[in-house]
Amino acid sequence: MAREVVPIHPAQQTVLPLRENRRLSTAAQNQGLNDGALISAIRSGNQDAMAQLYDRYSSVVYAVALRVLGETSAAEDVLQEIFMQLWRNPGAFDAGRGNLAPWLAVIARNRAVDTLRRRRPQTEMTETVASVEPDMAGDADRRRTVEKVWAVLKEMPAPQRNALEMAYFEGYSHSEISEKTGEPLGTIKTRIRTGLILLRQAVEAR
Amino acid sequence: MSVHEQFAEDLALHALGCLEGSEKATLEKHLEECASCRRELEQLRGDAALLALTASGPRPPTRAKIRVMDAIAKEPRLPPAMVRMPWWAGFGWVTAVAMIAVVAVMWNQNTRLKSSLAVMEGLSEQRRAELELDRRVVDTLTASDAKRVSILPANYKTPPPEGKAIYSREHNGLVFIASNMLPLPAQKAYELWLIPTQGAPIPAGVFKPDARGSAVVINPPLPAGVEAKAFAITIEPERGSATPTMPIIMVGSGG
Repeated sequence: MAREVVPIHPAQQTVLPLRENRRLSTAAQNQGLNDGALISAIRSGNQDAMAQLYDRYSSVVYAVALRVLGETSAAEDVLQEIFMQLWRNPGAFDAGRGNLAPWLAVIARNRAVDTLRRRRPQTEMTETVASVEPDMAGDADRRRTVEKVWAVLKEMPAPQRNALEMAYFEGYSHSEISEKTGEPLGTIKTRIRTGLILLRQAVEAR
Repeated sequence: MSVHEQFAEDLALHALGCLEGSEKATLEKHLEECASCRRELEQLRGDAALLALTASGPRPPTRAKIRVMDAIAKEPRLPPAMVRMPWWAGFGWVTAVAMIAVVAVMWNQNTRLKSSLAVMEGLSEQRRAELELDRRVVDTLTASDAKRVSILPANYKTPPPEGKAIYSREHNGLVFIASNMLPLPAQKAYELWLIPTQGAPIPAGVFKPDARGSAVVINPPLPAGVEAKAFAITIEPERGSATPTMPIIMVGSGG
């Protein structure tokens, strides 16, 4: 059994003067909290928890928005919009339906594509599902998974990778991709589906 | 495969949001009636999320965080009296027990979900129900009218400082819960140390107890695969130290 419970007792009794610094104390506690606990604290209106969550995930959101929009000021607007929505409605994230990182990444992608198409948001945060296996609760898990996905994308034939990226990051419809690449519609459909399945198989193989 | 083959490719396009026109309308109508295609769509959306996570680039500029935090400060969602750290976050053992319960439930269910596709649906229902229970626990802990009561033997005077470290080498995880900790001098903090079977003590988190002497440290950054011989606590500068400053004020070894 790997788990150990270790009681820790005083080696010596020391009487020390009291100095309470609640803000420092709570900020230090936030450092170690997992996503669920931070979301709970945000529900209570805790701004320190919000800052902690921003530090943890703003890079993910910004990278996706920048990849789609290709412009820093527009990507910053998406970043601002998403974290404000999370502040206003932290209950939109349902831990039972996936981890926070992919959920935020998908919302960032959807919002950025909506911006790209100059249209009103098409998907509410509460409707967004990003249930990813394996579990990506920690940075290390996420890095490992992303490395696997990168490896698959690198090995993928260029036309298939392009079709996936045009659909996901450039917001083209399947018929637009067919038109731009000169490939038959059926070919584009097949490439996109088999491409997604390859990604799934890569992360499932442990 | 239980997905209807004629919709398999359209499901992938729909997951990426690039299906349009009559094909989209036909698929959406089918999805209303077909649970297996709905499950496949959800899975394909998860696959698409993997694609989203491959985006990489520079960190957002500092001004972006200032802008977000300024906007949040101007938009408090609760009356000022309520805008504070929830008391339970500083109430170490209760917080940790709730979090451990959540982790344990999710861990269990993840394992079981993978074991059989056939029982996935039933387990999913169970998972939701148990998460709902966990949520209710947290709701109780965070309720504004919740009372905190420590129950001790009737003749007990002052409970001694106590810390409990729960450590898993295999999962590289550490949860530390302290209670009745003595107040600290100015500019000082407690630091937890993992004492390995070989080598120097490893810093395992700096903490300051709240006014009640409670504190919690959850999963501090630790090198992987370290065998712990003991845990110890010292008093250090607020930013922590790379090596412990004597004396060790609390110590405990694994049994």
